[in-house]
Amino acid sequence: MRKQLMKGNEAIVKSAILSGCRAFYGYPITPASEIAETAALYMPKTGGIYVQAESEVAAINMLYGAAAAGVRAMTASSGPGISLMQEGVSYMAGAELPCVIADITRGGPGLGSINCEQGDYNQVVKGGGHGNYRTLVLAPYSVQEMADLTALAFTLAERYRNPVFLLADGFVGQMMEPVEFPEKAIEAETPRWAVTGTAATRSNLVTSLYLDADKLEAHARHLEAKYEMASRLETRSELWQTDDADIVLVGYGITGRILKAVCTEARAAGIKVGMLRPITLFPFPNDDFQRLAKRARAFAVVEMSNGQLLDDVRLALNGARPVEFFNRMGGNVPTHEEVLHFVRALAAQIAPASQPAEERLAHV
Amino acid sequence: MSNDSALNYTVAQGRATSFFPTFERKDELQHATHFCPGCGHGVVHKMLARAIDELAVQDRTILVGPVGCGVFTYHYFDVGNISAAHGRASAVASAVKRSRPEAIVLSYQGDGDLAAIGAAEILHSANRGESITVIFINNAVYSMTGGQSAPTTLLGQKSTTNPEGRNAIPDGYPLHVSELLATLEAPVYIERVGLGDNKQLMAAQRAIRRGLENQVRGLGFSFIEVLAPCPTIWKMNAVEAQHWVRDVMEKTFPLGVMRDKTKETEPRPAPASAPALDRIPGILGVAEADLPTGNAHVMEQGREVDLEVRIAGFGGQGVLLLGEMLAEAGLDAGLEVSWLPSYGPEMRSGTSNCHVRISNAVIDSPVVTSPGVLVAMNEPSLRKFDRAVRPGGWIIYNGEEFPADCVRDDIHVLALPFTQIANDLGDARAANMVMLGALLQISGVLPRESVSAALRRLIKHQRWVDLDEKAIAHGGSLAAARSQEE
Amino acid sequence: MTDTVKHDRGKIEIDANECKGCGLCIEACPPKVIAMGDHLNHYGYKTAFYAGSGCTGCSICFTACPEPGAITVYRTAVTSSRVEAPCASN
Repeated sequence: MRKQLMKGNEAIVKSAILSGCRAFYGYPITPASEIAETAALYMPKTGGIYVQAESEVAAINMLYGAAAAGVRAMTASSGPGISLMQEGVSYMAGAELPCVIADITRGGPGLGSINCEQGDYNQVVKGGGHGNYRTLVLAPYSVQEMADLTALAFTLAERYRNPVFLLADGFVGQMMEPVEFPEKAIEAETPRWAVTGTAATRSNLVTSLYLDADKLEAHARHLEAKYEMASRLETRSELWQTDDADIVLVGYGITGRILKAVCTEARAAGIKVGMLRPITLFPFPNDDFQRLAKRARAFAVVEMSNGQLLDDVRLALNGARPVEFFNRMGGNVPTHEEVLHFVRALAAQIAPASQPAEERLAHV
Repeated sequence: MSNDSALNYTVAQGRATSFFPTFERKDELQHATHFCPGCGHGVVHKMLARAIDELAVQDRTILVGPVGCGVFTYHYFDVGNISAAHGRASAVASAVKRSRPEAIVLSYQGDGDLAAIGAAEILHSANRGESITVIFINNAVYSMTGGQSAPTTLLGQKSTTNPEGRNAIPDGYPLHVSELLATLEAPVYIERVGLGDNKQLMAAQRAIRRGLENQVRGLGFSFIEVLAPCPTIWKMNAVEAQHWVRDVMEKTFPLGVMRDKTKETEPRPAPASAPALDRIPGILGVAEADLPTGNAHVMEQGREVDLEVRIAGFGGQGVLLLGEMLAEAGLDAGLEVSWLPSYGPEMRSGTSNCHVRISNAVIDSPVVTSPGVLVAMNEPSLRKFDRAVRPGGWIIYNGEEFPADCVRDDIHVLALPFTQIANDLGDARAANMVMLGALLQISGVLPRESVSAALRRLIKHQRWVDLDEKAIAHGGSLAAARSQEE
Repeated sequence: MTDTVKHDRGKIEIDANECKGCGLCIEACPPKVIAMGDHLNHYGYKTAFYAGSGCTGCSICFTACPEPGAITVYRTAVTSSRVEAPCASN
């Protein structure tokens, strides 16, 4: 199929509508505003709802209402707006409501900047709201993935009855690349549990309230079981030139693109470098890390935040291999030249792979 | 004594069918509510259930419950139930109604919920004229959390957070939500009622029924504020509390209809039906017919392409369009492309730049830090990026003279007054296209057909297509002439 | 009893299991035919009871009562065509 050139933010909306999404409730914020603008243009034309809410707080609660009424719904925002939405995300996870939230990240904390940063990792991947819940998090690194992972996000949201985040940085949102979409649009079915104002759904109830300790604990266990199942079934990552890699670079989003360029240049210089790019940040691809640790001598996390991804990589490796770190912040995107410089230094540090395999494996 | 057996009695008022027969969602005491004796919530619940019964909308009703003493609406009402976060019920209800226009959507909220934390949500729901019915229970305190002050707490009224009583300074005044909402144009019906005596009770029952009826008729936003007793927190018996509503609360919160546009308001038209599913891709512009036709066949086979371009200038000089045209032409020629803009306030207040990559290999990073070609549409942009140009690369500069201190002996420069040249061609705004023509000539990568196709995809007005084609051709010949000189 | 006493137009039943003894029905009742009993129900509340005669079937006690099913109001067929009985304001 032929492709067309499109911004990542626009691709999200078109993919969402093709995936049966018929509601967008949002609030403008750079660098996510094109998502709202595109939704404002296309939702009414495709039988959907577009509302510019009075705040991100209202927007996420409107999403709660739309989802409770059984409509596929989404919103989009960035750092400060996502912070405000965390209340509703917690309620939606608690009430087991599906929705898709695109976070096109910017610089923080506070007003920070509108530049490209990845400092929303913790508040999105770890769950910025209260209570024992998780959100599923997909991290696209190209416009094509913006489209594909949006479609996947709706599937997962409904499969697990849970909010799903698309965590993309300002670059992936703003850039244009060739993209292709499925030829046919999907019609979403109304879930049985939805409250739709009919005799058949009259007995349905959407709530996150369990006052009884045993009931709330049972509910928390139920949520936990869902996340456990998602960990087994939905974990996704891209392994790039890792088969023989001594050094495995780790990054997501736009950083993953830069790391690919680094891998190519480092290999040209004789350094065996590969990349592990988590596509799902929750569930995190822990198994891939353990598997690569059997061969690789070191891992290096590259991110545009203060070690937020680094924490998860350390947990995944659980001490199996050393983890080095390179980051830029404030809107400074690491250049492949500076990452290459860092990789060269790292390669010089680690001795050639002379250890017997048994000894290396003993550390795993 | 009357003799019942001789008379034919029928039930005049009894348990509403819109209530569950027993409250099985409660953990215990499933035959009665959780409300304290004399609670206004219970009274309003019954009014609401009676109105739902009378209007025969039980199956269609969706009740959005609050956080507060009213949180358990779903224990009692045998209707579709959704419980919302504190203060957000009217936002939730707005989306529920828009999702299900046939449903009768009610938002039931207390004064902490609606007037404090949910003030923004109720104001904007009302202002959007959402076709919902909001029942607002005003008892002047936060009851569920133990009697703290609410925005509606009366002056002088004591609470756990105003132990000496509320003072206008520094606590402000009781918030008159009904009056506030009545300043808006959209609401069709706003009334404040009380539960202070029999007369008030009858008026309250009528108002709640009207609020629902308005929605059944499809009219728009209806809001009923109910002054309700809270004997427990007020530390009164039920009858004293009822009288306090009438004798004290009503002085601060006068009863009455604040808005009634129900007679002149026309029922809202039903939402337009959704287009057929097979039309969706076409509407989105992603159907087969919307895709570029492509001119990959005219590309020189086997030629390696790896063009990394940075384009910079002031906002309004067409920097982003130049880059987009380049990327679009690359795509048309069957190549891999990426276009990455600077964005944000820069778009509005000054410099603008973008990264373009065109390659026949999959593009790893779309970030161009060492461009092979820099297109600088002014001097500040030149100075920002000139050092980054890789050895052997090109700078295409819009200026009479290339600044002496920017001269490097390891790069090529094409410096021309492109704005003036474009002006001579017919419009100074075409300077970007003259520079694009020069860039295409210098890179020598993209076929003319692809550039034409890109131009036609991106430029809507024929006048501009003609001018831009001329500009691109002219830019190409200028660059060709320069390379012959070299 | 004399022959001049007319039959009541209504009567009420109070479910002592649901009544919380708040007294709002007693306050609301125009002919004052509801009273508070001494008997405690399972909650420990005293409960209201119908005095047994004089009910007009006006239903205001039902409207004033906070519990969904604590009071049921009956009317005789003669008066049942009246939708709203007159109710006195207190």
